[in-house]
Formats: sequence, structure tokens, C-alpha cells
Amino acid sequence: MGRTHIWAKCAALGLAVACLGAPTKARAGQASDDRMVLEGVPGHAGGRLVVALRSEPKTLNPVLAVDEPSREVIRCLSADLIHINRASLKTEPALAKSWNVSRDGRQYTLQLRRGLRFSDGAPFDADDVVFSFQVYLDEKIDSTQRDLLVVGGKPITVVKVDQYTVRFEMAQPYAAAGRLFDGVAILPRHLLEASYKGGGFSEAWNLSMAANQFAGLGPFRLKEYVPGQQVTLERNPYYWKADRAGNPLPYLGEVMFLFVPSEDAQVIRFQAGDTDALSRFSSENFAVLQKQQGTKGYHLDDLGPGLEYNFLFFNLNDLGAKNLPEIAKKQSWFQDLRFRQAVSAAIDRDGIVRLVYGGRATAIWDQVTPGNKLWVDDKIAHPKRSVERARELLQSAGYSWKNGALVDPRGKAVEFSILTSASNAQRTKIATIIQDDLSQLGITVQVVPLDFHAMVDRLQSSYNYEAAVMGLVSGDADPTSEMNVWLSNGETHLWHPNQAKPATPWESEMDGLMEKQLVTLDYAKRKQLYDRVQEIVAEELPVICLVSPNILVGAANRVGNFRPAILVPYALWNIDQLYVQ
Amino acid sequence: MTHRQKLVGALVLLAAFQFLILFAGFFAPYGFAAQDREQPFAAPTTVHFWDTQGHFHLRPFIVDSESSEARVYPVRFFVSGTPYKIAGIIPAQVHLFGVEQPGRIFLMGSDAYGRDQFSRFLFGGQSSMLAGLIAALLSVSIGILVGGIAGYYGGWVDELLMRGGELFLALPWLYLLFAVRAALPLHISQWEVFLLLVSVMGLIGWARPARLIRGVVLSAKQRNFVVAARGFGASDAYLLRRHVLPQTYGVLLTQMTLLIPQYVLAEVTLTFLGLGVGEPLPSWGTQLASLQQFYVLSSYWWMFLPALLLIPLFLVFYAAADALQEIHKTVAL
Repeated sequence: MGRTHIWAKCAALGLAVACLGAPTKARAGQASDDRMVLEGVPGHAGGRLVVALRSEPKTLNPVLAVDEPSREVIRCLSADLIHINRASLKTEPALAKSWNVSRDGRQYTLQLRRGLRFSDGAPFDADDVVFSFQVYLDEKIDSTQRDLLVVGGKPITVVKVDQYTVRFEMAQPYAAAGRLFDGVAILPRHLLEASYKGGGFSEAWNLSMAANQFAGLGPFRLKEYVPGQQVTLERNPYYWKADRAGNPLPYLGEVMFLFVPSEDAQVIRFQAGDTDALSRFSSENFAVLQKQQGTKGYHLDDLGPGLEYNFLFFNLNDLGAKNLPEIAKKQSWFQDLRFRQAVSAAIDRDGIVRLVYGGRATAIWDQVTPGNKLWVDDKIAHPKRSVERARELLQSAGYSWKNGALVDPRGKAVEFSILTSASNAQRTKIATIIQDDLSQLGITVQVVPLDFHAMVDRLQSSYNYEAAVMGLVSGDADPTSEMNVWLSNGETHLWHPNQAKPATPWESEMDGLMEKQLVTLDYAKRKQLYDRVQEIVAEELPVICLVSPNILVGAANRVGNFRPAILVPYALWNIDQLYVQ
Repeated sequence: MTHRQKLVGALVLLAAFQFLILFAGFFAPYGFAAQDREQPFAAPTTVHFWDTQGHFHLRPFIVDSESSEARVYPVRFFVSGTPYKIAGIIPAQVHLFGVEQPGRIFLMGSDAYGRDQFSRFLFGGQSSMLAGLIAALLSVSIGILVGGIAGYYGGWVDELLMRGGELFLALPWLYLLFAVRAALPLHISQWEVFLLLVSVMGLIGWARPARLIRGVVLSAKQRNFVVAARGFGASDAYLLRRHVLPQTYGVLLTQMTLLIPQYVLAEVTLTFLGLGVGEPLPSWGTQLASLQQFYVLSSYWWMFLPALLLIPLFLVFYAAADALQEIHKTVAL
């Protein structure tokens, strides 16, 4: 990844672009603008794309949105400074047309595109950027992005250099700093400053407000919200991208989000032709849709493994203060590496791939999936399932069998429960397969599906569980997005979160590696460090990685430029280039 | 057909069905947890009597066409297989029928894990049927006690009990069940699960029968013969037992027969909350639950078979209740 990006082509095309169909008001401002030109097949202007959302968006405020449906809509309404291209998984210029990194890697100076306008026609400049970051970093606002913008324990500082230049400063060098800006939507200061200063920001931009109260830098702007039914967006005439023929983007005249509450209902609506694109659906439904692929005017894509990894893990927490004697006794098994190795060896990962995902998944032995081509470590061994090896391991650790049941060195029968989320059918199925696999070792396993919140409460605060099957989806291909999972003081360090100091030598090593890769700027060196983290995961098995499901998407044949990717949002990331025939 | 004949017929059918369930281990060719990971969602196996040349064979056979060359497996009777316990006590391993390994006979197809649905249906009946029956009995018993007292004594007793019942109906059960689950240990043995199912369903369901019974008791106690008996100096207990409660039998029976299928379905919700029968134990509730998924509905018709079998079963229940009620009416007149 080069450290400096210059986007020069756009300026040359600026004039040509401005003459094409943009409203008069915009033309004046865009005569000298810095439009971004996208490659890809030029499409037709106009038309409407219909997609389904699992639930109603709760807000259109990018700072406050936490639920995926809200974010899905907000992505169409807003833009960020530097963007991760979902196809290449690398950063590319967005509202910032170029940037420079200082020698020590702590200062980022961004050149903003000139002459850009928000969707209400108001001009965009450095003041909007400074204001936006002020809001995101405000502790009182409690934005979920804030954590990402705190580097080395200190919030990033933002300084306006001139009207179109801003400088970001970090307390320490940060390897993936460019990626931090992805998804941090720039807010219109002229619309939101009053409510921010007046203390009413938490209410700002909820869906009950009139459409003309909103403005953003995204390809679309809000047209209409019908509670319980749909949100309709219309084309933003001031959008700052064009295709290589000079036509202004986006092509689509309208995007409509229908609220369709269940996956099955979404699949049925897609099959019936009511919606134009579909993502986040199971392999079983993929198989159902596949049967009519030829006749119904849609096509399906299996993109291979994404960034989700599912795993089994044991409770390795320090239960000293908690009153859980039963679980504490069982921890003598869980803490024994040979026990974890035996469990890992006995699990039929291929069976999971076949039975749970109908073959549309990949067995994994560490946290980086084959879908993440930049970071996967090819040296990690993929041992075949072997119940014999599992038995040998248990025997060497002093376990024996009595009437077919496994007993530990103290003579206690080995028996534990696996928590799963009841609302995730796949993970419950995985646990059921593990239950059957481990019964072949003489281990009695109970599968306990719980309501998701009840499960998280047990995993994160009461520690009242023995083992669990979970999955995590990396928000980005870069390891920095996984910091809170692998650092021993991380909140998502699931098997033993929030440690005051690392409980084991290998966790201490992992802490060192993760922290070092964070401040190393050279990709090859970082890759080496993260490879070692993957090796530790595969050797020490704090989480027994099992399977990574494929990303499955579908789209109507009439949708052009459809190029789904393995990073969220799988299907609509290039909505500014989609068109309908 | 007289009502009595109808009743006998229904009872014989029910008894036969209970017999199948009680001896599930014998009638089922496989254990309920046995997975065949090569055959998830296998369609029901066709049992042949005629071979490709058109010859009739007294011993039925199945054809495995999945493997490279089709293999014929004759169906054998009284074969030895997975060990099981008759009625949960006597160990045995003889099964009514089966085929030689690696052949598989799935009379009702297989589920997502390649487990035999027929075997799971029979084993599932053991827990579902018993839990449904006992829970319904529990609900109705509490209902008759509360409804009977409220209806007969009236006044503030009635007010207190009935308002209490309404409170019960209005409780947000879902959240209460979350709390119950949170308070319980993660490990719950099979028996504890069973007791839990029965008590949760039984305790939730009493308010409605209690209301109905109260209504019947209220009208029954105004009847002339009851008033006359009271005039002759009959005690409350005698009146309730001899004259009032018999009037409620009809309501009781219909309530029972309505509650049992309801409770079989309630188990689906309870299982979802982690309070029901856990994997790999089968139950009718979990078998029906798989039908809630679109891909199962649209792709695997044999997953409907458990539901299709339950319809006639519950109809027989209704028929028995209906006949009982009619007979009771005739006797009463």
C-alpha cells in the first residue's frame, strides 16, 4: 500500500462532467470541482432499485446509528474522507482527493475535493470535517466510532489548515490509519451545529423529521419515509462522482428500502421479483433460489468465504470472585491444552460444512479465513479429523474411560454444556454436531440455546457458562479491526475478557504482537507479526476455529454493474454505479 | 355408530398409538440421535415388493441408488441394533425391522443431520405426549379447584380468585420465562426438563379453564334440583361433588383435548427459550418447529410427515372427548 495517493485524473474531466445534465445551481459550483471518476461499464440513468431491510432503521444520524438497517440506509446518504474499496479491500480517495503521511507516521494531511456540495446544495469544506470529528469524538455523544478514533489512548486531533486541507494527529503511529476514515460519515455543519450546541443532538435526524432537514454527501438523499413500510431515497444531483464517459453518478433515480422482517420473507419477495438484490441469507435458501435461477430473471453469486469465523471456546476466566464452584472445577479440563487439542481433533469440520452450510462454507483452523487474501497465513496446518489422535491426547493427559464415558485423572466424568444463540440456527446446528462428535470420545455435552442477550450476559459479565459456539465478523480485512479480540484486556477477548495483565505467556506474546503490528507501517513486517498471532491461535486453541460461511448474494438480472464483495455491505457497496436496464 | 362404539374405537386407536410410543425403541429402526452425515434431508426410502423383472418377493427390500452401483438391501425383521430401554427400564436391543449396514431405511426421510425421522417421531412422542397429558391434567385440576370454589361461593371469594386469574392471563410470560431460565443452572437433566415443561405449561394454562368452569358452576348451582338438594340440608361438599361438578365434565373434557395439542406446540417456544427438550432428544415440538423455515417447507415435503401424523392423532382425541361428552349427556338426562 503506497503512502501517498494522488487523484489527478478527475480535475481534467471536471469541465466535461459539469455540462451533463446537472441542475443549474450545481453547475456554477462544479465548474472547477474535483470530481472522482469511476471505472466500470457506463450505465443508464434513471429507474428504481428496490431492496429489503430486516427492520426499520432506527435513525438516520450516522453518529448514533448502531443497528445494521440504519447503517445500510446511511451508507447511501453519506460519504467518508478515505474509503475502503470493497473489491480490492484497499483504501482509496473519497472526499479527500489525496493525503500525505508524515515520516513518523503520526500526522495525516488530507486534501479535500473542492467545489463539492451537500445534497441540499450547501458547499462542503474543512469546517464540516472538523465539526464532524468534534461530534464523533465527543464523549457525551457516545458514538460507537469513537473507540476507533482513539489511538494510543488519546483521541485523534483534527486541525483545519485551510479551507480544503485538514490535518489529523495521532498519539502514536498507526498502521491502518487510512482505514480509520472508512464509514466515518461527514456531517453538514450548517444543519447540525445548532442541535449539537443546543444539546439536542441525540434527537437530531431521527426518522420523524422532514426530508429537507437532512443532507449528506452520499449518492442519494432522503425522499420519503413511510413508517412500517419503506424508506425511499432519490438521486443526489450534487454527487461528486462520474463515470469514465463523464456522466454524473449515481445512475439510479431512486432507491427504495422495504421493511421485510424475516430472512424467509425476504427470500420469497426476491424470488417473486419484488426486490432487486439480496444478501445475508442462508445456504439452504440459496439452494431453494438456485432451482429457479434460470427462469425467474435473477442470478445468484457465491463469493466464497467471507470474514466471518465461527468457533468453539471454553470458559478460561478467572472465577475467583464469582461463586461458580462447579464451573471452576471443570476449568482444570478447559485449561489443559491437550484437552482442547483433543476436542479440536475430534470435531468433524467437513461435516459442519456439509450439514450446516450445504457445502457453502470453508473449514478453518485459525481466525483468518481464506477470503482474507491479504492476511491469511498459508502455513497453518489443516489436520484431518481424527478421533484416535484425540483419544491419544486425552490418554497422555491422564484421562481414561469407564464404561465408555471419559473420566478425568481425579475420576470425575467429563461433561459440559455448550451455549449458543437460539436465534442463530446455524450455530445451534454446529453445537449439535460437536455434541455428537464428542460423544465418540465419551464426553457428554448438552447444547443450551439461549436468547442472544441472555447468552451475551453470561459470556461477558456473569461468566456463568462452560463453553460456547460463537461467530465474529471482522468489520475490515485489516487486523486492527480485531484488536479487541486478541488483546488480553480486550472486551471481545471472549474466553477471558478484560484481563488486568495477561494470564498466560502466550497471551502476553499475542498482546506484544498485536500492539507491534498496530504501529508498524510496513505491510510485510505486519504480516509476519499477524501470522504469528494466527499460529498462536492454532497452537494454543483459545478459540477452536471451525468454519467460515460463504458470502451469498443475489440480484435481478436487470441490475447492471452488480459487483458484490466479501466486506459489509456485501451487495450494495457500489450503489452509486448500479443501474437498471 | 353409537357414542359408546365411537368411544371404544377412539380409545383402541389411542391405546395402539400409545403402545407404539411406549415401545418406541422396538418399533424404531435406529436410535433417536444416530446421525448419518452423508444423508442429510434424505427422502423417504421406498420399500419394494416387486423387483425390476416384475417378480414378487414376500420379503420387502430397499434399493440404495445413491452409491455408484445400486445395491439391494432386504428388510430384515427382529434384528439386533442400537441398545435401548423398554419404557425406560428394561434394556433391549431387538428392533422390529432394519436393513444391513451401510444401507439405511428412512421410512419418513431424514432430517438436517441425517437422523431417521420415523425413529425420532416415535421417541419424540414419549416426552411430548406425556408432558402434554400431565400438563393438561395439571391445568384442568387447578382450573376446577379455583373455578369451582369461585363459582360456588361467589362474592368476594369469586372476585379474588377470578381477578387473580386475570392477572395470570395478563402476565408477560415471555419475560418471566427468561427470568426462570436465567435463574436455572445451565445443566438440566432430562427429568428436570420434563418436570419443568410440565409445571410451566400446567401453571400458565389454568386460568382459562378456571373461568369456564366458574361459569358452568354458577349456572349449575341455580338449577332447581341443586336448590332442592340444598333445601333438604345437603352439605356444600356433597352438593359440589354430587350435583355441581358433574355438570362441568363436558367443559373439562373439551378443555383437556384442546390443551394437549396446544402444549405440544408450546414446547417449541419453550425450547427456543432454552427451557424445552434439548438436542439431541427428540420431541414433536422440535420436529414441527423445523417447518417454520422456508427452505424446509419448499424443498423437503417429508418434513411435513410428523405434522400430518399428528392431525389424525389429535382428531382421535377430539372424537374420544366428543363421545364421552355425548354419553355423559345421555346418562345425565
